[in-house]
Amino acid sequence: MREYRFERPGTVTEAVRRSGSDTAYLAGGTTLVDLMKLEVMTPGRVLDINRLPLRGLDATGGGLRIGALERMTDVAADPRVRLGYPMLSQALELSASGQLRNMASIGGNLLQRTRCGYFRDVSMPCNKRQPGSGCPAIRGENRMHAVLGTSDSCVATHPSDLAVALAALDARVQLQGRDGVRTVNLCDFYLLPADTPHLEHDLRPGELVTGVIVPRLDWAQRSIYLKIRDRQSYEFALSSAAVAIRREGDTIVEARVAVGGMGTRPWRLPAVERALAGRPATSNTYAAAATATVDGTRPLRHNAFKPELMQRTLIRALLELEQTR
Amino acid sequence: MTQYEGITRRGMLGLVGAAAATVPLDSGAAGAQAASGEVTVRMTVNGSATSLTVDPRVTLLDALRERLQLTGTKKGCDRGQCGACTVHVDGRRVVSCLTLLATLDGASVTTIEGLADGDRLHPLQQAFIEHDGFQCGFCTPGQIMSAAAVIAEGGARTDAEIREQMSGNICRCSAYPGILAAIRQARTEMR
Repeated sequence: MREYRFERPGTVTEAVRRSGSDTAYLAGGTTLVDLMKLEVMTPGRVLDINRLPLRGLDATGGGLRIGALERMTDVAADPRVRLGYPMLSQALELSASGQLRNMASIGGNLLQRTRCGYFRDVSMPCNKRQPGSGCPAIRGENRMHAVLGTSDSCVATHPSDLAVALAALDARVQLQGRDGVRTVNLCDFYLLPADTPHLEHDLRPGELVTGVIVPRLDWAQRSIYLKIRDRQSYEFALSSAAVAIRREGDTIVEARVAVGGMGTRPWRLPAVERALAGRPATSNTYAAAATATVDGTRPLRHNAFKPELMQRTLIRALLELEQTR
Repeated sequence: MTQYEGITRRGMLGLVGAAAATVPLDSGAAGAQAASGEVTVRMTVNGSATSLTVDPRVTLLDALRERLQLTGTKKGCDRGQCGACTVHVDGRRVVSCLTLLATLDGASVTTIEGLADGDRLHPLQQAFIEHDGFQCGFCTPGQIMSAAAVIAEGGARTDAEIREQMSGNICRCSAYPGILAAIRQARTEMR
């Protein structure tokens, strides 16, 4: 690990003021400490933000406001999340391990870096880590890589489960910077790689994630996060689906659909949502809607199975959702 | 553990580190970084007040093993992937390899050395012996610390739940059936 200066700012304002281009904010540390050990991240200063007042989960006035430093374990277990937004609890509980969920913060979860093996190996080129050095994944080992939102510079998958469920819920990210506070739609917060894969977020220099807003959605009570992976537990998604359905009788009135393990960022699927709306809740409807997922996919040598896996994941999520209540 | 005339192997190797650990009791404000670049952290480890001054890169895992000679906590992958280094910080299980000591000023840490009641083994320690919950034993302290937290949180109600909750602790000897049986037994005894 490279040397760094360790500081503990007393307030959010002070943290933001002290932050610079060579600075990393430290919350749970499950990404940052790992990547500093690998020397993938080499900040000159580390600002420990764990004692800043960015905790708490507020559900007054409908919807949720989750403090950025809330831990994954606590948010997943909160009855307001578990009952009102089950897909959020499920996405959190299907992530990582019990130890890591105790440590990792919500803000840090959203900012976690890709698990691409080339990104994590400093002896290899990587456009995300070292702009312009090339992308070995495009012609190399790419079974886990993305089929949506990729470019000729980068095919790395976004690893967060939580972000997929939040994308389906139209969540917004609260930010504080030197110029004040602002709020960004979660889907816009994540940038497509294009030819600048080292730029991953709509974050200005020094800006700090302070919270996440989940707008009120009463019918999210009927929602699911389904995760498909190489082993049953403690593994990143090969494929996942976050689905919420509003039904009247046997008819689907509205749907929210996002997928994980597929895109360079969490991937909302409005075409699938449209294909579900107004149709009877039957397996025929699900199968027809799922075909709308494959538009624009760009499979690679080892992940040509992913577009079909995405359809099957989605159909299974819809069928399992039917069984709830 | 291999012993030479009452001195453990780790104890021999760690003599230099032990001397360093006792020095800085009052150097600067706790949690702040001195001009030297080191950080002083005051915390409780297994019930004893402890103060350490360390490079801010030092993890809890390395501090436990190299400075406090608490070598029961094992370094497996050192990347947060195997769970061998699991300890409790303020009552919650965490991986000590991804926890920077500098962040722990004021914290309370419990390691495997702090689990037994004197010479009386913790119910989990006894159950791991009775059910062959290990072969080589390297992952065992992490398994037991993890399981103790899972049972305390009420997350060990069914076999499926135990397997899911314990998935962050890898056992390369694959003693999983014994580990499961041990946790099931200790769950009843810990009530």
